[in-house]
Amino acid sequence: MSMTGELLFEQSSKDTLRLILSGRWKLEKDLPAADEVVRKLGDAPEVCNIDLEARGLDAWDSGLLVFLTDLRKFCSEKKIRLKGKNLPSGVLSMLKLAAAVPEKKDARKAEGRVTFLIDLGNQTVDFFRSCGDLLEFVGEATVAFSKLLRGKAQYRRSDLWLILESCSAQAVPIVTLISFLVGMILAFIGGIQLQMFGAQIYVADLVAIAMVRLMAAIMTGIVMAGRTGGAFAAQLGTMQVNQEIDALKTLGISPMEFLVLPRMLALALMMPLLALYANIMGILGGALVGMSMPGINLIQYYNQTVASLNLWHLGIGLFSSAVFGVIVALAGCMRGIQCGRSASAVGEAATSAVVTAIVGIILATAIITIITNMLGV
Amino acid sequence: MIAAKENIKEDAHIIVKDLTMAYGSFVVMQDLNFKINRGDVFIIMGGSGCGKSTMMTILIGLKSPAKGQVFYDDVDFWMTDEETRNRIIRRAGVMYQSGALWSSMTLEENLALPLETYTDLRPGQIHEVVKLKLSLVGLAGFEDFYPSEISGGMQKRAGIARAMALDPEILFFDEPSAGLDPVSARRLDDLIVQLSESLGTTMVVVTHELASIFTIGNNSVFLDASKRTMTAIGDPNKLLAETKDPALRLFLTRGEESSG
Ligand SMILES: Nc1ncnc2c1ncn2[C@@H]1O[C@H](COP(=O)(O)OP(=O)(O)O)[C@@H](O)[C@H]1O
Ligand SMILES: [Mg+2]
Repeated sequence: MSMTGELLFEQSSKDTLRLILSGRWKLEKDLPAADEVVRKLGDAPEVCNIDLEARGLDAWDSGLLVFLTDLRKFCSEKKIRLKGKNLPSGVLSMLKLAAAVPEKKDARKAEGRVTFLIDLGNQTVDFFRSCGDLLEFVGEATVAFSKLLRGKAQYRRSDLWLILESCSAQAVPIVTLISFLVGMILAFIGGIQLQMFGAQIYVADLVAIAMVRLMAAIMTGIVMAGRTGGAFAAQLGTMQVNQEIDALKTLGISPMEFLVLPRMLALALMMPLLALYANIMGILGGALVGMSMPGINLIQYYNQTVASLNLWHLGIGLFSSAVFGVIVALAGCMRGIQCGRSASAVGEAATSAVVTAIVGIILATAIITIITNMLGV
Repeated sequence: MIAAKENIKEDAHIIVKDLTMAYGSFVVMQDLNFKINRGDVFIIMGGSGCGKSTMMTILIGLKSPAKGQVFYDDVDFWMTDEETRNRIIRRAGVMYQSGALWSSMTLEENLALPLETYTDLRPGQIHEVVKLKLSLVGLAGFEDFYPSEISGGMQKRAGIARAMALDPEILFFDEPSAGLDPVSARRLDDLIVQLSESLGTTMVVVTHELASIFTIGNNSVFLDASKRTMTAIGDPNKLLAETKDPALRLFLTRGEESSG
């Protein structure tokens, strides 16, 4: 039978303390800690020698080693001589191994604790720097785009096709679901209010204008930010980790043209189409709810919808969605290219791409709404 | 072989002068001065984390030095305009530590991209060149494989094939044999030596594999992490015979002599 590790103290003389280790010194149960010795020494300050002795030590593993390294560290700080007797030879060689390379005490990681004010300052500086990065990225993307217009940009047509496919046809199911439901929700909420005035037929106007002018673009934008923007960031981030982007750069191929441009182009082309499709789905969703209201039938709903819409609504909606496409692509690619060189950095890049894209979409919506308001369209 | 190399007139291809490399305020290495001659197999050696890869990113134009200069022939690489820098580095091929093959493209497409970009070859000719380069690294028949479908050693070799695609004047290798089994590592070393001998390409090899260092290198620089600077330059075999520096001895002998 073996019991857990035990530590016995024997004051063999005035300045020598003997420690006797016995039992099972394994990591599994509560082992005596070096603190006990420290406490003991606190009571006997004149001790300057410690003799360690193993007596009936059944088994040991890292539990014993941790105790001994702690003890050794303490002793060397307090200039106490530490001697071992009967210790298993394995223990001695492991201790020697652990002490072979001195602990790295370079300035590098020892940044120390940062106070709140320093942290705030750093964050602020980082924020302004990231604004600068954003502008730089947008600038480079613009240069790449102008090269594209002059037919000089270098990218693979087959990449463009693949990306077009992944951000159009493959996004249709989720866009269908979301826009149909948003149309229904709008109709429900608006319908309840309008019914109070007996004006429920205007549900058609409400749904049509809201969807076509704004909601379809925003909803597809947000769906694509989560679906495609995050994927772009993860793809480019992984390429960064694998040094694939470095390999492009040393070949003199601009990652902007080769990677960012096709993604931007694909989303800017496909988002308006998706938004157009979302318009139809949203209106259908609204119609489903509208027809369940008293006094509205499909023909009436259809006529009211057509009458309420004009080309301005459609144009503004489609324009917004193209802008959102560029925003989602830029956010995704920027975060991907800025990605650090580790797996967790890729995850962070994907997350922050989605956040950046959604913030960008909402900001852009606000700006577009204010401008169209001022123009009175 | 070494004697033959020494007969070639010393003709500096790359000169590194007073170079300091740093990440922000963290100085990795400072006061670096060395010369890489044309046709050399030049080894950048040192323990892990001493800054070998960082050195390479500076030499290939991915990261600017904190201080000092790098000359390619007579051109100050980091002071010149980006256009010239791109032109210089286009004559270099780089094999990255992780292979860095473009994962969305097949091996053939990986090798074809530089050719399509910088030559006027017809698609048929490009296909022939790609086949030749792949067969040079022993990967004939793998044209249509994606990088994820081949083993790590094959990826490294494909990385070399891509680096050689444009018949560069300088080839950079970052830890070519790391993570390979001894036989593959040996084959890679042979490949590097053969390429250097038959094409006269300057080779810059970052490594800490002793076997490679002694068999392929004919010039080298040793980066000492604890001193944060270089402590030796020269033929690694001679360094081994002559050095008195304990850190370098320890490195070149795997620490075996020090314990004796
Ligand atoms: N992107 C980076 N940012 C900050 N420090 C880095 C970065 N990359 C490498 N380092 C640090 O620079 C030193 C040299 O790294 P590296 O050149 O990769 O070493 P080696 O290739 O010789 O193993 C290491 O201490 C490493 O921690
Ligand atoms: Mg490295």
